[in-house]
Amino acid sequence: MKLVYREREWELRGGLTARAAIKKIGLDPEAVLVVRNGQLVTDDTLLNEADEVKLIAVISGGVGGSGHSQGRLEL
Amino acid sequence: MKCKRCRGPAVINMRQHKLALCGEHFTEWLISYTERAIEKYSMFERGDRLLLAVSGGKDSLALWEVLLGLGHDVEALYIDLGIDDEQYSEESKAKVERFAAGKEGAAFSVVNVKSTYGKSVLELAQEKRGRKVCSLCGLVKRHIMNRIAYEGGFTAIATGHNLDDEAAVLFQNALRWQTGYLARQAPVLPTTHPHLARKVKPFFRLYERETAAYALVRGIDYIYDECPHSVGATTIFYKELLNQLEERSRGAKQQFYLSFLRARDSQGLLRPELTEVELGECEKCGQPTTAPVLCAFCRLWEVK
Repeated sequence: MKLVYREREWELRGGLTARAAIKKIGLDPEAVLVVRNGQLVTDDTLLNEADEVKLIAVISGGVGGSGHSQGRLEL
Repeated sequence: MKCKRCRGPAVINMRQHKLALCGEHFTEWLISYTERAIEKYSMFERGDRLLLAVSGGKDSLALWEVLLGLGHDVEALYIDLGIDDEQYSEESKAKVERFAAGKEGAAFSVVNVKSTYGKSVLELAQEKRGRKVCSLCGLVKRHIMNRIAYEGGFTAIATGHNLDDEAAVLFQNALRWQTGYLARQAPVLPTTHPHLARKVKPFFRLYERETAAYALVRGIDYIYDECPHSVGATTIFYKELLNQLEERSRGAKQQFYLSFLRARDSQGLLRPELTEVELGECEKCGQPTTAPVLCAFCRLWEVK
């Protein structure tokens, strides 16, 4: 199966759960969502040889941005 | 895994709630969970005018859709910072425009930092060596949001901060025991000066993977790539650490942040007077400031 995360691609054998596949390529299951053949699925989904799987990163950064979320009050 | 409500295929498993849901029921759940947070924390009421800070990212666009769907009077504000020769900012703005074009009642305004004040945030950062872009960016955004909220007579500024954002900041502040920051970190920041807008974070109980899943399920086209200046940011590293903890211990992030709020607000963890900051008014722009003459924003533009 083809696994894509950001600009990178992996070829893995089918028969793994999405969670196992995520761990196998060294990512944290908490930090990605799994889209199999265009459908969002849970990470216990068993992946088949012919599947195309896209992992979507969920972390976004630069919290300093909007509002004084950090409790900072530099005004 | 099956949806707990209809037994159809689930799209998300929220381990901290022991709840797996299909796309339709997850959408319903997220909207209702947000509505309950707005009510429980008395963020705002129907009829209040809200200014929503939008970046083109998943959180702010998802919040925009949820607030509109709940029938709130919301107007969005996009601040064009001029990031990376404006390419990143242009792409982000295009996402905001596309979202608004496809949504009835989605009104927004744009403030371009360079054309309004003469320099982009990056140009400012080059001039102010030693100041990080993210810190300047935060200061500029806070000032502009507050100005627009005050001038436009908005009741509150809403932002798309999620629980991961809040937990990462809490972790950062707790590592240094910054008691002043810890005292003021909250889902609702009340106004403490006639020119200082109230701030609210309706998504503060949602995990980041939930706001991302909502955007995917709803087909919201958001800017996926991070701001190039946030790559390697400390808050991202803290989020990764907290996710590792969550992977080992279901609900750890939620417990860390929500228990902190309870311990502080009802169990006397921090002295309440730590939240008190004396605010004056900037002699140039009139906005509230802790500084004696000019606010931090106006000082940025002073020619040395």
